[in-house]
Amino acid sequence: MSTLHTVNKSPFATQTLQSCLNHVKDGDTILMIEDGVYGGTVGTTIAVAVAAITGKVAIRVLEGDMAARGINADRLINGVTPVDYAGFVKLAAETDRTQAWL
Amino acid sequence: MSEVKKFLYVNRKAPYGTIYALEALEVVLIGAAFDQDVSLAFLDDGVFQLAKGQNTKGVGIKNFSPTFRALGDYEVTKLYVEKESLDERGLTLDDLLAVTYEDEDDDYEEKPSIRLVSRAEMADLMSTQDVILSF
Repeated sequence: MSTLHTVNKSPFATQTLQSCLNHVKDGDTILMIEDGVYGGTVGTTIAVAVAAITGKVAIRVLEGDMAARGINADRLINGVTPVDYAGFVKLAAETDRTQAWL
Repeated sequence: MSEVKKFLYVNRKAPYGTIYALEALEVVLIGAAFDQDVSLAFLDDGVFQLAKGQNTKGVGIKNFSPTFRALGDYEVTKLYVEKESLDERGLTLDDLLAVTYEDEDDDYEEKPSIRLVSRAEMADLMSTQDVILSF
C-alpha cells in the first residue's frame, strides 16, 4: 500500500512541500510538478530535508516542468530523478491512492 | 452493487482568503449523499476554518463556519485536527467550534466530531484512505 503525493507549489512560496515531507510514509512517492519542481534542486534551503528522505521515499520531478524552467537534470538533488508524462501516469496507476498537496 | 469507500477531504487553507475552504465544504455536503465512509482532515492553515467567533459582516462574504455544525446531520462525524498545526498557530481545541453529532448507535448521545491527532496519526490516516480529495 503506497501513496503518490504530488506537490505543485514552490517551497519558497508556501509550506506545501514541507507539509508533504511531514506526512509521507516509507515506500511512498513524491512527484514534483509545476512550480513544485524547484523543490528538487540542489543548494536550496529545503534541499537537505529533501535529500534526507530519498532513502525512504522516491522523489521524482516532471521533465516538462523542469525544462520549461531551465532546470537540467544535473541540478537535481542526488537520488531525485526526472519522470515524463507517461511515467506520471504509470506512477498514478501503480500506487493505491494519489494525494495532491495544493 | 455499491462498495463503501473511505474518502478523506484534506483542508489546508484558511477560510476567506481563497475559495478553497468553502468549496471543500460544498463538496463534502454533496458527497454526503453517496453514503461513503467520510473523514475530514484539518492541517496547516486549514485549522483556521474551525476557529470560533468568525464574523464576516465586515468583509461581505458569507460566514460558512456554522455549516460545520450541520455535518453531523449528514453522517459526517469525523473531523481530524492536527495538533502540531494548532500549536504552530497558537491555538488549542478550546479555540475551535464545538462540532458535535448524535450517535445513533449510542442512544443518540451527543458526541464531539473534532478529534485531535498528532502529525504521525494524520499521516497514518492519510495512508489508509481509498480516495483523498485535497483543497
